[in-house]
Amino acid sequence: MNRSFNKSQSLRFFDCNAVEVKSKFGAEFRRFSLDRYKPGKFEDFYKLILHIHHISNMDVMIGYADVHGDLLPINNDDNFFKAVSSANPLLRVFIQRQGGCSSLPPSTPCWLEEVDFCNFGTSTLTRKKKVLVTLRNDNLRRRPHLNISMPHDFRPVSSIIDVDILPETHRRVRLYRHGCEKPLGFYIRDGTSVRVTSQGLEKVPGIFISRMVPGGLAESTGLLAVNDEVLEVNGIEVAGKTLDQVTDMMIANSHNLIITVKPANQRNNIIRSSRMSGSSGQSTDSTASHHSLPSSHAEQNFHPDEMESDEETDIVIEGALEPQHISKTPSLPSSSLSRVNGTTFSHRLQRDLTLNNSSRESNGNLHKLLSSLKSDPRHSLVIPRGGIEEDGTVITL
Amino acid sequence: MKRFLRSGHDQARERLKQDLFKFNKTVEHGFPHQPSALGYSPSLRIMAIGTRSGAIKLYGAPGVEFMGLHRENNAVVQIHFLPGQCQLITLLDDNSLHLWTLNQRDGVSELHEEKFSTLRGPPGAAPSATQITVILPHSSQELLYLGTESGNVFVEKLPSFQILEDRTISTEAVLQWLPKDAQHCRAFEMVEALQEHPQDPTQVLIGYSRGLIIIWDLQNSRVLHHFLSSQQLENVCWQRDGGCIVSCHYDGSYCQWKVSSEVQHPEPLQSRVPYGPYPCKAISKIFWLRTRKGLPYIIFQGGMPRASYGDRHSISVIHGNQETAFDFTSRIIDFTVLTEADADFDEPYAMVVLAEEELVVIDLKTVGWPVLQAPYLASLHCSAITCSHHVSSISLKLWERIIAAGNKQNSHYSSMVWPIDGGTSLAPDPPQRDLLLTGHEDGTVRFWDASGVCLRLLYKLSTARVFLTDTDPNDNLNALGEDEWPPLRKVGSFDPYSDDPRLGIQKIFLCKYSGYLAVAGTAGQVLVLELNDEEAEQVVDHAEANLLQDQEGYRWKGHERLRARQGPICFEPGFQPFILVQCQPPAVVTSLALHSEWKLVAFGTSHGFGLFDHQQKRQVFVKCTLHPSDQLAMEGPLSRVKSLKKSLRQSFRRMSRSRASGRKRRVAGNSGELQELNARAERAGLQNMELAPVQRKIEARSAEDSFTGFVRTLYFADTYLRDSSCHCPSLWVGTNGGTVYAFSLRVPPPDRRMEDPVRAEQAKEIQLMHRAPVIGILVLDGRGLPLPEPLEAAHDLSKSPDMQGSHQLLVVSEEQFKVFTLPKVSAKLKLKLTALEGSRVRRVSVAHFGSCKAEEYGEHHLTVLTNLGDVQVVSLPFLKPQVRYGCIRKEDVSGIASCVFTKYGQGMAAWRPPDPEGWPRGRGKAFLLVPRL
Repeated sequence: MNRSFNKSQSLRFFDCNAVEVKSKFGAEFRRFSLDRYKPGKFEDFYKLILHIHHISNMDVMIGYADVHGDLLPINNDDNFFKAVSSANPLLRVFIQRQGGCSSLPPSTPCWLEEVDFCNFGTSTLTRKKKVLVTLRNDNLRRRPHLNISMPHDFRPVSSIIDVDILPETHRRVRLYRHGCEKPLGFYIRDGTSVRVTSQGLEKVPGIFISRMVPGGLAESTGLLAVNDEVLEVNGIEVAGKTLDQVTDMMIANSHNLIITVKPANQRNNIIRSSRMSGSSGQSTDSTASHHSLPSSHAEQNFHPDEMESDEETDIVIEGALEPQHISKTPSLPSSSLSRVNGTTFSHRLQRDLTLNNSSRESNGNLHKLLSSLKSDPRHSLVIPRGGIEEDGTVITL
Repeated sequence: MKRFLRSGHDQARERLKQDLFKFNKTVEHGFPHQPSALGYSPSLRIMAIGTRSGAIKLYGAPGVEFMGLHRENNAVVQIHFLPGQCQLITLLDDNSLHLWTLNQRDGVSELHEEKFSTLRGPPGAAPSATQITVILPHSSQELLYLGTESGNVFVEKLPSFQILEDRTISTEAVLQWLPKDAQHCRAFEMVEALQEHPQDPTQVLIGYSRGLIIIWDLQNSRVLHHFLSSQQLENVCWQRDGGCIVSCHYDGSYCQWKVSSEVQHPEPLQSRVPYGPYPCKAISKIFWLRTRKGLPYIIFQGGMPRASYGDRHSISVIHGNQETAFDFTSRIIDFTVLTEADADFDEPYAMVVLAEEELVVIDLKTVGWPVLQAPYLASLHCSAITCSHHVSSISLKLWERIIAAGNKQNSHYSSMVWPIDGGTSLAPDPPQRDLLLTGHEDGTVRFWDASGVCLRLLYKLSTARVFLTDTDPNDNLNALGEDEWPPLRKVGSFDPYSDDPRLGIQKIFLCKYSGYLAVAGTAGQVLVLELNDEEAEQVVDHAEANLLQDQEGYRWKGHERLRARQGPICFEPGFQPFILVQCQPPAVVTSLALHSEWKLVAFGTSHGFGLFDHQQKRQVFVKCTLHPSDQLAMEGPLSRVKSLKKSLRQSFRRMSRSRASGRKRRVAGNSGELQELNARAERAGLQNMELAPVQRKIEARSAEDSFTGFVRTLYFADTYLRDSSCHCPSLWVGTNGGTVYAFSLRVPPPDRRMEDPVRAEQAKEIQLMHRAPVIGILVLDGRGLPLPEPLEAAHDLSKSPDMQGSHQLLVVSEEQFKVFTLPKVSAKLKLKLTALEGSRVRRVSVAHFGSCKAEEYGEHHLTVLTNLGDVQVVSLPFLKPQVRYGCIRKEDVSGIASCVFTKYGQGMAAWRPPDPEGWPRGRGKAFLLVPRL
């Protein structure tokens, strides 16, 4: 699995200005290199892509995986330049047919922020793989795509997912904390919920959202509200769990929190056309249909593997040198710290970052670096180990 | 990897699991919580203790223990053994009577409840009519006399609890036998005493609370004698020959009455107020015991001068001119006297006192009436337990040295053989010697024998001598002069009021191979001690570890550090300190590790951690872990909360001091102040609760959170830290903020150990992105087994670790278990406990689980205690949850916090605060008991 990796390393050693590019269209890969500081114009790049992939008579959209593993678009000179300059060390480029978003799998509905350019930035690479797979079969369902604008550096903060498998009265919300600097910003409380059962109405204890922090992520998404009942946290039912347990579960999942709620305000529910006719009577109940969710769905959406890849990776700093040797550490551009995905830093970085017990200054620097890593969302998520095409266990083409 | 984990030896695994894991809650050590009744059977030589929660526990010879639990959760008020039988009667505070039997089955005795009943009066009668106040099991073994609040005495047949109405001794029946003057002056009120004639089973003595005592003839249903006292009656004792009775009264007096039919209006032979002439408190129970040598033993509870000693819990023993008032530190529940009685004499030899917090047995035969050392019911909590540490499989040599050191401390105990010796324990001898070390708030470490069913105190180590504290040792209870009156003598070990809480022991580490002990305390003190069989006068080397490393802008607002005593200090045989390291700022030591082979001790606080070379007596390095913005950690943990606690503590201390220092008579004021404080604190708490609805903030952990630098765990390992070709000593540190630091150590070879310095350099730093507190770090060897303890392999007690295969690092945070590769740290496996089930890891340790089927087969796994009180077993090295048992109520926070695991999968936890229990698993310590009858 390390073939490409080694290659990229060697490239970097010989010519620091060269950026290795690996572009992917369908199941095919192409490799070429660009000058890191003079990559040229987007138009040329676009032509180059079309050329090397032998694409003709087709409009494509080009995206790349940024250091956090998010898929971001390349569609003008600015973001092209940014993509190349921030490539570290490899620039992974993905090519899609224009209009691919109409063929989104139903689990990624268009909603609010994602209305326009839903393929980009909605998800991490692993999710995207699924999109790419389904894409080829879905040409028939294509419909005209309305381009309103092309966001330059677009990043989602929240989404509604799994609309197809949830009852209409429920909403599954995903909060991407790494995508913004805001605090999650909400509180939960104990309460009682009324359920419709075969014995009639029944009062059961439940967990509810009790407060929103103004300006917090939860409030700003508009997807959660006070008095919404929390039903699941990352695929695990909260029924029977105490407030403290649910709190701990939410905090433990805070990097990628998926909450299934029953909104207090049921007027904004998504009505699915397929169900429109028959299911209106169902709206008061929740539990029955909720519990009857096919388990395969749950697995599909909350497969541990997938959670794994979504997760932020621990930072490992390897210090190797004698403490006496370094008295002061030059402050580093924080961008060079971004490759922290469980692999080691480059040698230079290692040297610079050597932790030093005798020199407090460098300690302080490290503290700053670490906190900057955390507070700057761009550095808090990294590409899963091994990248995309190498990870044979996940991809099923 | 995933596929491998899921692959299908599941059924075999399930079967194996059944062989390996089994959960038993077997032993309860220590003193029962809230005892409420005491019973003793002279024929069985077994003692019974009832508790407020409805449990009864029977104790005989060491190891012979029975426990029963009433279905009702009511307090046990009285326990009476049926004379000469294996049965006992308990009375609960709901007025129900229960009959318990010790049955023999398969050669083993079992305690079980046979029958219960509630005394019911005729319909419409007041409930007090049948409210039982005293019980007399008649020597005929068939009848039970029940005195009630109404003054009537009911008779029930055993074992059916059937009321024999015709035998009821009603107040009316009694009244008609009394002369007119006795009739008119008093109503009867409740029955306070019921006693059978010591020699004539047809006579029963009945004492009523207003002061009337009668002797009732059971055969002819008439009053034989009556005695009228002017004072309210508390209790009555019939002397051995039946010729005299002794009554004790509410005003602190006791009277002796001669039983003779000649006198119409008997006057007391003798009436005394032992602690008069000022008003005294009631004497609630009295024994008058005759001896062959002539002088009787007069033993009574209470009677202290009301104003100056009214708060004392005392039992006085008077024998000729010997007089002692035993002064207990907690309320006396009940007491009894063990006698070698025959027809004429009692010959008392021991007194058993059940106080609220401890059991005290006093030898009445030996001059000076020394206390016996109890083999069970140890008052673990005599000073508040602040931490505990368990060491399995102690070598015989170390064991004997500890016992020898302890024996020298116990010279003041009586040499009498434990008198409560009923039954024979059939339990096999424990397979190994286990030690439980408890650290206490008063700076002591107690060493307990935890191998068998009984927890026995072996040795007590006090660290207070190393320091100068503001308490004056002369201000002690022993300072009372010879001629003091009353002749109080403090007994028992329960003393919850620590004089200086900074002395509190927070972490203990004992190396069982070398005998090195490290203890660390509340004020940042770290002591390294070694075992010395001789008394020694030595200087303790003193070092300071400045964990802030001159960071400025901080001010420590917590307690001051302890002042070390200068110059040589005399230490008694046992563990003697030779190194004292004091952390600066003097915050609580939160983690401690000792490597006896490398002679290194590592310690951590909320500010940082340090490594000390105790061979060269030199600090190797310190590192500050404090986040620059963490003001809270600087101020001293919970400084505001502490101030209230401190003021409470001070008023307690004032109280105990005023009690100690004789006749200051300030007690009432202080306890009033205390109550006021308590009430105020409670009110404040209630108000807070009402103001804030229970809600929880959902926020990701961040680097700016408080106490991220708090060092939670320290671990020494010899592993591949830098490269996979050579291994080296290393120190691993885990913090509250999810950071793991790894230092490679260079320990000089033995021949250069005194010359070359130990060097340390940081090799790695891992920041867990979920930032949960790191509570355990472990290195697994090439076979996936945890590395052995220091010196374990050197002593041939463990296979040497596999250094060929690649090592792995296990990091346990409160939320996740995570395995990393070494030397290049990359995540390999994980188990996300909190994300999946919402429980958090509180305690984790490695245990060896032996199969119950195949002797030699065993596996190493993690035993985990969660904040919900569950015990789980998580497999190594694949992190698969194996089994889970609910174990401690999740509300019992202190129980969960106090839990320690042993290396063989046993756990110990303080159940309710004073009630540590053990629950071995796997190889259960089932024991079989037979009482000797």
